[in-house]
Amino acid sequence: MQRYLARRLLITVPILLGITVLSYLILSLTPGDPVQMLIDPNATQADLEIRRRELGLNDPIAVRYVKWLGEVLRGNLGYSFSTGAPVARRIGERVLPTLTLTVTALVLSYAVAVPVGMVAATRRYTWVDYVATFVAFLGISLPTFFLGLAGIYIFALRLRWLPVGGTQTLGGDGGLLDALHHLVLPATVLAAAGAGALTRYVRSSMLEVLGQDYVRTAHAKGLAERLVVRRHALRNALIPVVTLAGLQIPALLAGAVITEQVFEWPGMGRLTIEAINQRDYPVLMGITLITAVFVALGNLLADITYSVVDPRIRYD
Amino acid sequence: MTSAISAAVTTRGARLDRPQSYWTLAARRFLRHRVAVAGLAVLAAIAAMAVLAGVLAPHNPTAIDATAFRAAPSAVHPLGTDSVGRDVLSRLVYASRVSLSVGLLAVTMYVVIGTAVGAAAAYHGGTVDLVLSRLMDIVLSFPPLIIILFAVSVFGRPSLWNVILVLGLLGWPPVARLVRGQVLALRQQEFVHAARAMGAGDVRLILRHLLPNAMAPVLVAATFGTANAILIEAALSFLGLGVQPPTPSWGNMLTDAQSLTVLEQMPWLWVPPGFMILLSVLVINFVGDGLRDALDPSLKL
Repeated sequence: MQRYLARRLLITVPILLGITVLSYLILSLTPGDPVQMLIDPNATQADLEIRRRELGLNDPIAVRYVKWLGEVLRGNLGYSFSTGAPVARRIGERVLPTLTLTVTALVLSYAVAVPVGMVAATRRYTWVDYVATFVAFLGISLPTFFLGLAGIYIFALRLRWLPVGGTQTLGGDGGLLDALHHLVLPATVLAAAGAGALTRYVRSSMLEVLGQDYVRTAHAKGLAERLVVRRHALRNALIPVVTLAGLQIPALLAGAVITEQVFEWPGMGRLTIEAINQRDYPVLMGITLITAVFVALGNLLADITYSVVDPRIRYD
Repeated sequence: MTSAISAAVTTRGARLDRPQSYWTLAARRFLRHRVAVAGLAVLAAIAAMAVLAGVLAPHNPTAIDATAFRAAPSAVHPLGTDSVGRDVLSRLVYASRVSLSVGLLAVTMYVVIGTAVGAAAAYHGGTVDLVLSRLMDIVLSFPPLIIILFAVSVFGRPSLWNVILVLGLLGWPPVARLVRGQVLALRQQEFVHAARAMGAGDVRLILRHLLPNAMAPVLVAATFGTANAILIEAALSFLGLGVQPPTPSWGNMLTDAQSLTVLEQMPWLWVPPGFMILLSVLVINFVGDGLRDALDPSLKL
């Protein structure tokens, strides 16, 4: 177990390094110099000179990459083309709204997928299963922006139950209830695709477990169906499903870009679109780098949880 | 096996069942999956619509009717007109070409790359495998939509071909992983050793013996991948970073609906294209589901 963990951590290091190399190469393709982007545009002329010499703009590309990486590791992601503010700060301001949205969506998708997938599996090939499967496919196939627009049309414009966008009412009291009121629709829209995929996964994982001998034994000794399903089968069926949370990160972040755009949600996704429209490459780079690191760490987390929650797994 | 023999014995004298190939059996299993068959039929209809767009569309999709901007559905324009005065139904019909070509071309591209990389990694093993596998991990770490947004903004004006190229060049790692796993498992099988003993070279071994046997899950992944590529193209075009007007795409037809006026008062502008995206992605996913059940039910895709 410890050897596995150590090895898994060691694999993550070259992946993270590879992510930075690839990021640097992409950044080199953009107009402007990646190292130049690290220099505060608001500094005095003398400071600019010193920084330029420090960072060595004329070094070979490998040397410049190493210097760039050194700065990035110290938290200097460069300065925004459009506002001149440090990229780390611009992104930092947007992290919390995105985190709120994605985590709520993740929790929501599990809250729907686990019971629905479980029921679909225990009543395989009945109308319950067919309806659940169809709805799951619908969730996977609905374009996020169309679902979002339809949600706004129905719940905000027609029924007037929910606000059309934003995180709180302008000039409101900024209370928790108001924030939740604004969160419902975007989080549900973002959760839809993940919930569909997860439901399919819970169902197939559950079916696999239900066919095993120990489940038959539990039935044979006269345990109530409910107990067999919940206490014996579900627990084991959920092992691979729980670890999927880490693997959901890329889909959630991509979905957040569109959801935030549709709902005018001031998070990293909306910042991405702003940065693209303004050709603000340092900001775009910062977002790409940070999301890639998140995804790599998510994968690591998924593997570790897997080995922790399932002691049967041996990696030798 | 036993049942096949006993069946042959009991039917002695009667018609002997000819041995059936894997693909015949798979086709039979697929045809039993009613939802998948229905999906395939709808998909064929959408493809026919794309091919026959010139005949089916009542108007030129880019022609502007100066007498009707954002006009409600009428006899002349069955689904109304858009903000510039173009016929929505004609644009809807022509846009199927964009979605299907993005799906087909991008996925073909990354299946070819992914198959080559995966086969190379598994066949050569050792350092080659290590390097290629880490490369897959690295590329997989970048959320596709975000890296595509970046690429589209770097490589100049967004267009249909940029979207296809970027999707095709970035989509290969999952396919490579799949092929690698399959080839690793197949490499140890006896028919491969036998082929090698008979003097088959690397290329022949890979192309003739390993890849054909590894292709079933790739076909399933490619089908789901096509649905996904259509969704990504639609999202990019919706954001204004994919196919550019006046060329119609279901995604860019929804761009106008970001204005609340259009959203609230002109549903004919955004409901039909949204529905078409949903329909085509849904039926392709159904076909993928049927293929998975028919080819390899143990696959988790």
